[in-house]
Amino acid sequence: MKRIVYSEWRMPSERYWGLLGILAAVVGLGGLAALHMEHNGHWVTGMSNAVVWGMPHIFAVMLILSASGALNIATIGTVFGKGAYKPLGRLSGLLASALLVGGLLILVLDLGRPDRLLVAITHYNFRSIFAWNIYLYTGFMVIVIAYLWSMADRMGGPFVKPIGIFAMVWRLALTAGTGSIFGFLVARQAFDTAFLAPMFVVMSFAYGLAIMLLVLMFTFDQEGRPLGHKLRGRLMNLLGTFVAGVLFLTVIYYLTKVYGAKNYELVSWVLFDGGIYSFMFWFGWILMGSLVPLGIIYHPVLSQDRNWIVAACALVILGGMASLYVIIIGSQAFPLQMFPGHTIIESGFFDGVNGEAASYWPTIPEVLLGLGGVGVAMLITAVGVRVLQFLPESLADADVLPDDLGHAAPELAGT
Amino acid sequence: MKHQEAPLDPSLGSPPDPTLNAGPDQSRRAFLGIAAGATAAVVAPAFVLQAQAVGNPRAERVSDAHRWGLLVDTNRCVDGCRACVDACDQENGLDLQRKQPDQSEAEWDTQKAVWLRKVKLQDNLTGRVSNLPMMCQHCEHPPCVDVCPTGASFKRADGIVMVDRHTCIGCRYCMMACPYKARSFIHEVVEDQLTRVPRGKGCVESCNLCVSRRDQGLDSTACADACTALGHRAILFGDLKDPASAISQALRTMPSRQIREDLDLNTGVRYAGV
Amino acid sequence: MAIAVIRVSLVAVGLVWVLAAQTVLAGDAQRYVKPGSQAAHSAACVEETNFMRRNHMELIKHQRDSTVHHGIRSTKHSLAGCVNCHVSVSPEGQALAINGRDQFCGACHAFSAVDVNCFGCHANVPRGGLLSPAALAAHGDATAGARPSPGQFMSDTPGPATGRAGGQ
Ligand code: SF4
Ligand code: SF4
Repeated sequence: MKRIVYSEWRMPSERYWGLLGILAAVVGLGGLAALHMEHNGHWVTGMSNAVVWGMPHIFAVMLILSASGALNIATIGTVFGKGAYKPLGRLSGLLASALLVGGLLILVLDLGRPDRLLVAITHYNFRSIFAWNIYLYTGFMVIVIAYLWSMADRMGGPFVKPIGIFAMVWRLALTAGTGSIFGFLVARQAFDTAFLAPMFVVMSFAYGLAIMLLVLMFTFDQEGRPLGHKLRGRLMNLLGTFVAGVLFLTVIYYLTKVYGAKNYELVSWVLFDGGIYSFMFWFGWILMGSLVPLGIIYHPVLSQDRNWIVAACALVILGGMASLYVIIIGSQAFPLQMFPGHTIIESGFFDGVNGEAASYWPTIPEVLLGLGGVGVAMLITAVGVRVLQFLPESLADADVLPDDLGHAAPELAGT
Repeated sequence: MKHQEAPLDPSLGSPPDPTLNAGPDQSRRAFLGIAAGATAAVVAPAFVLQAQAVGNPRAERVSDAHRWGLLVDTNRCVDGCRACVDACDQENGLDLQRKQPDQSEAEWDTQKAVWLRKVKLQDNLTGRVSNLPMMCQHCEHPPCVDVCPTGASFKRADGIVMVDRHTCIGCRYCMMACPYKARSFIHEVVEDQLTRVPRGKGCVESCNLCVSRRDQGLDSTACADACTALGHRAILFGDLKDPASAISQALRTMPSRQIREDLDLNTGVRYAGV
Repeated sequence: MAIAVIRVSLVAVGLVWVLAAQTVLAGDAQRYVKPGSQAAHSAACVEETNFMRRNHMELIKHQRDSTVHHGIRSTKHSLAGCVNCHVSVSPEGQALAINGRDQFCGACHAFSAVDVNCFGCHANVPRGGLLSPAALAAHGDATAGARPSPGQFMSDTPGPATGRAGGQ
């Protein structure tokens, strides 16, 4: 296994600036959308007193989960000593922090009072999982930066592994914490389960890896850096495992929900009568987000084709959005069950009259705000790889997988 | 009822002015009488007529010697009546909310603030129909308070759960956590709030058991008063900790329950007849 | 000797300056307090004027916490009190928003370029009273038993009601 050389991304200037221009435009639109929402109030969004978290939260949760998942590759490389993934560690760290910044920015800009961010930092309610997550997120940033340093600096060698282990533990806590934001809401049937925490962990692996793969293929292709087919195949297999894992947990989640008889209505609503939510579940989450990508990944021919791989990764991400749509929005749209055994026949506040779900349609500002967050994450990544040495010169199989046994690689002996 | 919009408000506190201060011998009744009359009649020079305050503004911290609560007798709650809702809206300036421009009525209905609402239910087996008002249940263990990241949602010593709008960042996590959908987010810019109920864009709010009445020493809520005035008497307000209070006595003698008792929140609002 | 004279005259000049400054400050205060507002008729604010200028925000903030969290409403540092006393009235008798750029709060805050955040939530004119008309009407006699006794509440005899529970 050769020594890995890292270098700045040398994509041709005009193209690079074009790319930055597009990203900046997306970010700018997101910013305008946030200003619009802040100036007028949230009535310009589709969010209401029934569906209080909408599209921005889907994007934010997606990015935060992916941040944790993106760091997974670095962890596999250092903590589990898989040498083949080691060269990806720096990119993985950069992506992780960029995605996290993008996600948090969305959350903050969606607040009713974003101007009170200082209040959020100075007033703490230690019983709130939300508040705990603020710690988890800021801690994550610090750790990732330390991790990047340890991987990049010559002095950092001895620290790579301990920091890597710490980062891994923190990362799992962060994803579980994000899942718990929902999981501890006893009020909402769909959320009332500790099961969401592990589910979010596995989801994060899948989405983070899919984003990582897309970024990797894009940056490498633009510059003609070699990306070995075997290595790519390994990453795809990993992705397949994670996607299958999500699918498995999804089935279990709904099975456990049906098992408690009182949730039968909820499950049958999501699966059959939920309109857009049932559609999102079957078509988005299960078919396009899980089965089709799995089909591509494990298909002997398609899995070798670059375009199909890109499609599979994109589908995993879109499927992830669909699943979060069902989990986050669907669970709010489904009426709160306040009076078991009764049907609400009139209400002054949409309490699910005759079991009717609350309606929610995302508006353009919300979607733009979400996309803006994605833009921020991509912008940070694009600038990062351009000015610092994040990308390995080569990921050709011969360079990274000489004996196919990562743990025997010489430079790992020292760590 | 129109909200008073004169610049001079006799019920507002004003700086102490020894010459005008009502003496201690003056009864509160007379005091309130002047205040009520003056509300309708004052003109600019009448500033000097301002009474220092109405009621009996609290000078000491609220204590946990009381716990305020409501008992709703759903058997007495009348189908189609919304006196309590209107009273709540007027008490808290919610009737001043206006649909935003270019917004559909239906959309506005999902976004405007509602502190108190009427719900009509039917028992799936027996077909029996009940009516009841729903509002913040003033949980003893309020999930909204547990989840609030800044501590803006809090429970006062006397059991009233409310939002400190100065520290609420508008994350709406409390709304996700409340099992009763009791909370509203203010989706629009507010410009005509009442002096006694400050409210503004970007914060969450909910029923606060007429907290300003509590602090002025009155002993009922707008909803309970309105219901009683019509003779329905379906809402009883009182101190759950005082065994001699009407509400405690009623709770002792008639069967009542908490909504979603499975969550063990020990709500301060109880229902009889459902 | 000459030196002593100069010293004395310097002191005198200083004293005159101090006096002049005080007069100017007082005139200043007159100018900021809106004619026609209740404050214009008062001899003093709830605290000494200069103290109020520098510290009103601290007082209001302190009061805010003790009111919101501890229900204390008796103190004199309430924002509602500020508004009530300092609001001015248009010739038509309309109260003018106190945070308007030419009004008591607004003018000074515009001059010092400090955002005043209060009126996003607080009424900028006295509106509605500290107690609602309904509360005043229902509790004009706070001691009378206007509310139902438990017996009445649960009794089977309908009160002077317009109807009993419907839907049956
Ligand atoms: S009813 Fe809802 S808003 Fe009221 S205290 Fe309970 S959880 Fe909080
Ligand atoms: S919206 Fe306000 S009160 Fe509710 S949880 Fe967030 S900060 Fe707390």
